[in-house]
Amino acid sequence: MPHQPFYLIAVVISFICSEYLPYAIVQRCCDEIAMLCLKLRPNMKNETVKILQKKKKLILDSWMKFQLADEGLREDLMSNEELRQQSTELIDALIDNLKDENLDHPESPDFETAVDILSGISISRAKQGFTSRETGVFVFSLKQALLSLLQQEIRDPQELYEQSQKVHAFIDYFGVATFETFIKGREEVILRQTDEITEISTPVIQVWDGILALPIIGTLDSARTQVVMENLLQKIVETGSSIAILDISGVPAVDSLVAQHLIKTVSATRLMGAECIISGIRPEIAQTVVHLGIDLSGVLTKSSLASALKASFSILQLQVSRKQKNQLAGE
Amino acid sequence: MEKIPILKMGKLLLVTIQVDLYDRLAEALEADLVQMINKTGAEGVLIDISAVSIIDSFMGRIIGNIATMSKILDAETVVVGMQPAVAITLIELGLPLTGVLSALDVEKGMLLLQQKIILKETTSLTDEDDGNTE
Repeated sequence: MPHQPFYLIAVVISFICSEYLPYAIVQRCCDEIAMLCLKLRPNMKNETVKILQKKKKLILDSWMKFQLADEGLREDLMSNEELRQQSTELIDALIDNLKDENLDHPESPDFETAVDILSGISISRAKQGFTSRETGVFVFSLKQALLSLLQQEIRDPQELYEQSQKVHAFIDYFGVATFETFIKGREEVILRQTDEITEISTPVIQVWDGILALPIIGTLDSARTQVVMENLLQKIVETGSSIAILDISGVPAVDSLVAQHLIKTVSATRLMGAECIISGIRPEIAQTVVHLGIDLSGVLTKSSLASALKASFSILQLQVSRKQKNQLAGE
Repeated sequence: MEKIPILKMGKLLLVTIQVDLYDRLAEALEADLVQMINKTGAEGVLIDISAVSIIDSFMGRIIGNIATMSKILDAETVVVGMQPAVAITLIELGLPLTGVLSALDVEKGMLLLQQKIILKETTSLTDEDDGNTE
């Protein structure tokens, strides 16, 4: 039977009453009284909180000790003073906001500042190049520090177990929050790089008045085709160009999907009222295209960018000619 | 009901769509335009859709239909000023509008139509010449 002293009190009270009441009711009353006493017991519950708040300095010291003892410590990325400052900040935010009620509820708004600080630390660590393990050790070594303190302070094993359980749950919540933001920080980096790559890899160049060139480098997938197409069409509108040259000499392989994307781009350009020439088709690509049975007959194709430019000149009825020798001498 | 005006400019008909098309309006435009081509004997139709920002498969088909009908009535159709987003949408819908000529802006569209009409006249003239010599 749990909480024996209270239960005993309850039994004594009920024994006095039992002369007047049936046994089942008496037993229920015993349970109720025991529970009530348990709820009224004030000194047991906030003991942990009190201990933690009193020994803040000690926690910080032992936490730092645990962190510095870890062999994965990255002194090259962060100095010990900086680490200590981060730890102090976090401990202050955590322990100062700790109350009797919210030890069981780490998601309560009291800890918003703590979570914010933790997120900040976690994201900055992700960007500095810490591994997830090192970031994890940072948070979970705090648990170690707290538990060893509780072990010294609380004598009753039952109580120690209960309080440790709470501390476990409490720190685990923050651990999960740390990993979440750490991964988010990493993802932000990756996303930014992806955006940069897509932006860089699709430049639209104006090679002549009314002629645009678009060298495509790398594999064309649906997302990239979309970006390429949008960029090209936008540029056509901006510059009022009537010819676009798609140079695919940097495309490693053309399968039916890539060809489909190319044909789409060509059709869209045509709908806008501009002509589209595909250039830079390597012999291997010509072979695969024919073997796959892709129909490129509706598309004007040229072997190199130079010949595509020449074709554009003839469409625009332009002529490029060498200066006469005597004219040069005259200048 | 709203109506899209069809302007006559010499041998050409000019249609400027300034509002987003809805189905009934597009159907009415199709009927009106065919009537107008028949009445005026126009040789070219220029449709300016630079103000149209939304297009669906039905509109795409209507535009295709207009081009085919005009061709049967011996008039060329040029669609001008299509917005990039609209062009991408049409392609993704699988409507490349193969029978329709297009141009970037009204100026270029006019030029294209005039070239087409001159080309048609010269070929028909040579045809007649051929007929005379025989």
